[in-house]
Amino acid sequence: MQLFQWIADIPTLVMNNYPILLQGLWLTVRITFTAIVVGIIWGTFLALMRLSNNKILNSFAKIYVTTFRSIPLLLVLMWFYFALPQMIKHLFHLGPDADIGTSCAIIAFTLFEAAYYSEIIRAGINAVSKGQYHAASALGMTRSQSMRLIILPQAFRAMVPLLLTQGIILFQDTALVSTIGLVDLLGAAVKRIGENIGSTAEYSMIIFVAITYFIICFGTPRLIRKISYFKKG
Amino acid sequence: MTFNWTLFFQSTPYGDGIYFNWLLNSAMLTLSLAATAWIIAFILGSIVGIMRTVDSKILNRLAIGYIELFRNIPLFVQMFIWYTIMPLFLTGSFKEWFIQELDPDIQTFILVSIALGLFTSARIAEQVRTGIQTLPIGQRYAATALGLSKFQTYRYILLPNAYRKIVPTLTSEMTNIIKNSSIASQFGGLRELVGLITSMNDQTNSIIEILCVITITYMIINYSVITIMRFVEKKTRLPNMMSGG
Amino acid sequence: MITLENVSKWYGKFQVLKNCTTKVGKGEVVVVCGPSGSGKSTLIKTVNGLEPIQQGKIIIDDTEITNPSTNLAKLRSKVGMVFQHFELFPHLTILKNLTLAQIKVLGRSDEEAREKALSLLDRVGLLAHANKYPAQLSGGQQQRVAIARALCMDPIVMLFDEPTSALDPEMVNEVLDVMVELAYEGMTMMVVTHEMGFARKVAHRVIFMDAGEIIEDTSKEQFFTNPQSDRAKDFLAKIIH
Repeated sequence: MQLFQWIADIPTLVMNNYPILLQGLWLTVRITFTAIVVGIIWGTFLALMRLSNNKILNSFAKIYVTTFRSIPLLLVLMWFYFALPQMIKHLFHLGPDADIGTSCAIIAFTLFEAAYYSEIIRAGINAVSKGQYHAASALGMTRSQSMRLIILPQAFRAMVPLLLTQGIILFQDTALVSTIGLVDLLGAAVKRIGENIGSTAEYSMIIFVAITYFIICFGTPRLIRKISYFKKG
Repeated sequence: MTFNWTLFFQSTPYGDGIYFNWLLNSAMLTLSLAATAWIIAFILGSIVGIMRTVDSKILNRLAIGYIELFRNIPLFVQMFIWYTIMPLFLTGSFKEWFIQELDPDIQTFILVSIALGLFTSARIAEQVRTGIQTLPIGQRYAATALGLSKFQTYRYILLPNAYRKIVPTLTSEMTNIIKNSSIASQFGGLRELVGLITSMNDQTNSIIEILCVITITYMIINYSVITIMRFVEKKTRLPNMMSGG
Repeated sequence: MITLENVSKWYGKFQVLKNCTTKVGKGEVVVVCGPSGSGKSTLIKTVNGLEPIQQGKIIIDDTEITNPSTNLAKLRSKVGMVFQHFELFPHLTILKNLTLAQIKVLGRSDEEAREKALSLLDRVGLLAHANKYPAQLSGGQQQRVAIARALCMDPIVMLFDEPTSALDPEMVNEVLDVMVELAYEGMTMMVVTHEMGFARKVAHRVIFMDAGEIIEDTSKEQFFTNPQSDRAKDFLAKIIH
């Protein structure tokens, strides 16, 4: 069957083209890592704004989160790929061929994922019982102290599984950056290698990417669970 | 920078009216893609979700395998597989009909809908499973004690309550499927809402205006779905209960 | 009517029922009591096959339920069961709760099922609530509906699994009254309960269980006046203040 032939071709194709594949994977990892770290930090701020009594901060966060959550990631990427560079170049009088696409894509990605993280974090904060606030303020802590020292640590501990799931979704989402010409894992395999070599190489490469993503997405949560299990002893 | 905000009320160079018609067509395409995929996702997701809750090891394992497979590969990659590879496995007169007689846009539509449907079905399966498993075990006992068969227990007792319970998460899956349908724009030049952006930009060179309008369109669709589903939730809510189930 | 022979059940390695043997005759009311975790709820659930057993025999009305060829669904429709947490179906009205199994299991017509349901609702004093949903009723009312639901199937025996222990104290009596009436009418009943008042009033026999074993299986008079085992004495001392 042809399918087995395409699968059998994968090792040779990978061996012959590993530098660009590694480069692609590196970009995928960089985007994932940045978006998770910055996304959680910015997401926490957004969640705190949503929970604050300040009307301006509150509505800003609300509009931000609602907007990002109601439009597709692909549309966000287009905003940051087409429109933002145009505006930045206009503002800073950069030449038309200055390359700020990659950074724009990473920023877009991070801002988008932060909206999803903020909802998870907000739910986590809300799930900490009211009694904990009362207990903290009864001990004389200020609002920000009780948030920092009492509420957030508990909330984050409870949220770890959800944050991890969102991290996996985010990792899968990164495959979309190849649509705006970035060479991530998918871009490197399918667009660079597959289409260049032609014939059935493209099929082999699509299958290769599918398998790679599957192994990482299926394995990572299990690996993390195992490590944390061993840590606990 | 100057903006051309009346762009969508200007005529297209093709004599098919104003650009606003293009927008409506694209919005329709987005919604049809999402609706077709939703039907696939809902049916398969329900079947697989139910398989997760019956006491048969084989069915259980099959369902787990299905869910893990479809949720651990990015949707974009899955669409690649369906769009590029799957048609090669068609055979005989069906292949001839599919590839030669069917309109290419319809071919693309079918293939990406299947991909989107299967991807979403794995997520719906998990929700259906949770919906069933979080019902009190006594409900199962009571139905069994009355002599209802397994099928009847699911049909009349467990499923009506489970679905009621998961209306909110199904709503968010619905908005997800609409957003995810945008990935179809990357295949066969399908001109749903995101696909419209590049093709219209080529014509008019007014990217910011187009992006603004498309963004607002998505927000309107999203808001409408949530409003409709809130109504559904209210309608299906049982009297004197905080939430269904 | 009901015969249990050497019934044993394990959860993994833990044995929850140990060689339980007893009989319930036609028209007899048997109260099963014992400390929590003694296996009494599990025992009553094995009677209609809700909990499978690994060893022993259970025979209801000449049908052996542990026999694989037995049509369990048909047998269960003849055995009424009332649960601790009522287990009314929340998405169905009271009336539909009562008619569903009549129509789907017994094959009665809608009209027939409705009539039967209404007459039984009338009997438990809840006719006015026929079109409400379970969540709109108090706990006591829900449990009376649950009894009516079981009676709709014309059962030959009724099983009660702690029918009053999830109720607020002021609602216990309305449920017990219905059960007492049922006992006086000659219904065969097996009742897991802590309500010793109920046992004194209507029980013919009392089964006392501890740690998965039937410790005492004797007449009511004997059990209350002269319990044989220390465990039963302890139990009675704690439960009767």
